[in-house]
Amino acid sequence: MSAQKEGATQADAMSHSSRGSVGEIPYQPVFVGALKEELEALLGRYPTKMAALLPALWIIQRERGWVSEEAMVEVGQQLELTPAYVKGVVTFYTMYHQHPVGKYFIQVCTTSPCLACGADKVVEAMLAQTGCGDLGATSPDGRFTVIEVECLGACGFATPIMVNDDFIESVTPEKVPQILTQFK
Amino acid sequence: MGYPHKSHPKETPILSKYFGEPQARTLDGWKERGGYRALQQSLGMTPADIVNVLKESGLRGRGGAGFPTGMKWSFMKPGDGKAHYLCVNADESEPGTFKDREIMRWTPHALIEGTAIGAYAIGAEVAYIYIRGEFTEPLRVMEAAVKEAYAAGILGKNAMGSGHRIDIHVHRGAGAYICGEETALMNSLEGRRGNPRIKPPFPAVAGLFGQPTTINNVETLAAVPHVLNNGAAWYKAMSLSNPKSTGSKLFSVCGNVTRPGNYEVTLGFPFKDFLYDLCGGPLPGRKFKAVIPGGSSVPIQTMEEAESTLMDYEGFVAKGSMLGSGGVIIFDDSQCMVRHIARLARFYAHESCAQCTQCREGTAWTTKILERIEAGGGTMQDFDTLLEIADNMTGKTICVLSDSCAAPVVSGIQKFKHEFEAHITGKRCPFRATAAA
Ligand SMILES: Cc1cc2nc3c(=O)[nH]c(=O)nc-3n(C[C@H](O)[C@H](O)[C@H](O)COP(=O)(O)O)c2cc1C
Ligand code: SF4
Ligand code: FES
Repeated sequence: MSAQKEGATQADAMSHSSRGSVGEIPYQPVFVGALKEELEALLGRYPTKMAALLPALWIIQRERGWVSEEAMVEVGQQLELTPAYVKGVVTFYTMYHQHPVGKYFIQVCTTSPCLACGADKVVEAMLAQTGCGDLGATSPDGRFTVIEVECLGACGFATPIMVNDDFIESVTPEKVPQILTQFK
Repeated sequence: MGYPHKSHPKETPILSKYFGEPQARTLDGWKERGGYRALQQSLGMTPADIVNVLKESGLRGRGGAGFPTGMKWSFMKPGDGKAHYLCVNADESEPGTFKDREIMRWTPHALIEGTAIGAYAIGAEVAYIYIRGEFTEPLRVMEAAVKEAYAAGILGKNAMGSGHRIDIHVHRGAGAYICGEETALMNSLEGRRGNPRIKPPFPAVAGLFGQPTTINNVETLAAVPHVLNNGAAWYKAMSLSNPKSTGSKLFSVCGNVTRPGNYEVTLGFPFKDFLYDLCGGPLPGRKFKAVIPGGSSVPIQTMEEAESTLMDYEGFVAKGSMLGSGGVIIFDDSQCMVRHIARLARFYAHESCAQCTQCREGTAWTTKILERIEAGGGTMQDFDTLLEIADNMTGKTICVLSDSCAAPVVSGIQKFKHEFEAHITGKRCPFRATAAA
């Protein structure tokens, strides 16, 4: 992260792109062309630029799969926020990935109501059959990451899981093999 | 309708009448079902008159606290020259609660209509619907419905030809239970970390973007068009027990029960009939043991308490708990209460925003001690320690997340102490032992 306090400058972003964490590939900005327009349209919804931060981070994650430090600098530039501020916000919320994740990011609810219906057994089956082994680890083939998640707001359909952006409800350990075949 | 089940004859399907009917999702389908009449009528009334109808109806907030909606709206002063805002709380993350999700999935225009009426009544030109980040399907449905409403001129700078501007924007959260707390939601919407704010100032004075703001739950706003269409007297008459609790309410039912799902009943409905008749009672060969009736933040009830409860704001309090968000969590005799209370404590420890020492430390230590007891390493001194921590967590923090963690712990020890003792004396979880045998 840059130690600069004031809003990120162009030069600041450049210096970041040259030492990007994705090896030698220079950072490609997200907000150009149609995506810049999408951001501009969002800005019209709020009286401050800062309020567009969560939606802007969603655009980044949609496009890139995760929110890198370079992307935090970029969004900060767009919204006149410091990289440190943006990082503070990103780290508060559980849904922004700060690292690349498996192609299929699986979240299993294990909060008490689902636990009462056997959610722990669903987690076990998921870890074993995806090859992930451990919570948060990515499977050797890079396809899956499995984590536990707090209440998904679908407790009557225990056990709900989220695969990337979609819910699958009423999952039981027996259904896990069938469910996983959908995700190549 | 007990979605995903057929409506039970004892239900009062008003909000849930069209759950499961895809046609009701579209603007045309909604209009065919009487949609947007209430908004049209409201735009011809003065804001003060609308607020009075709401006051008379007795409608109370469905988000958890049960604050009278009309009174909340009356704190706003339309025409004071400031920008006003309405925030719709669709963060629905309270364990056991999944009713707002169904309202948004099946009847998005009911929420838009109620939101538009609310915005006009409090003098707001802009309303934001803050939807939890995980609710991707409700998000898509709401966004599509808002788009339809703009295209039809229902929303926008001349809403339904009234000359009033009503803008509604859908805003996606990003995973944080605490953002359901009203001031945390406002911070989050402003692009900040979702930390609750110290009150006062209250939102009606300085809320979103520092301006006068009202925040309401999805279900509260979805009820508003019905109140205006049918009148305050009609709504007020829907009350089976205490006259301070009026209207119908959605209860989400989950856990160890034959028919989980959403059920809509008139407030004051007998909880015993609800549990055994509507929800079908326990699973075969099982008995109900405990109920958390209003989302995980309210005290646990024994079956004796639950079976003598009348389902309204006062009725749940009289029987040792609260109506809360209406998320009914049922545990049967196969379940270990210590394990569940420990898991709930872990939930609160995970979700604490960590601003207040009592909450940050209290939720973490409570979780550690409970998990140790569950694992067989508890001592009789742990009761005092847990209760002392709980006392320090209650009524002493910026928001009530801290109190919410203490509620199941205190009520659990009070009502199921024998289960804790069995863990301590047996040095293991008696339920797991049975399962292994
Ligand atoms: C920790 C915490 C979480 C909350 N979560 C929600 C929620 O997810 N949805 C909701 O409507 N209210 C939630 N509330 C209650 C809101 O702060 C607020 O009281 C409510 O949205 C007001 O709307 P109402 O008057 O229509 O009920 C929560 C409160 C706290 C303290
Ligand atoms: S009580 Fe807990 S969640 Fe609420 S403001 Fe304090 S630390 Fe944050
Ligand atoms: S507890 Fe699992 S979805 Fe609510």
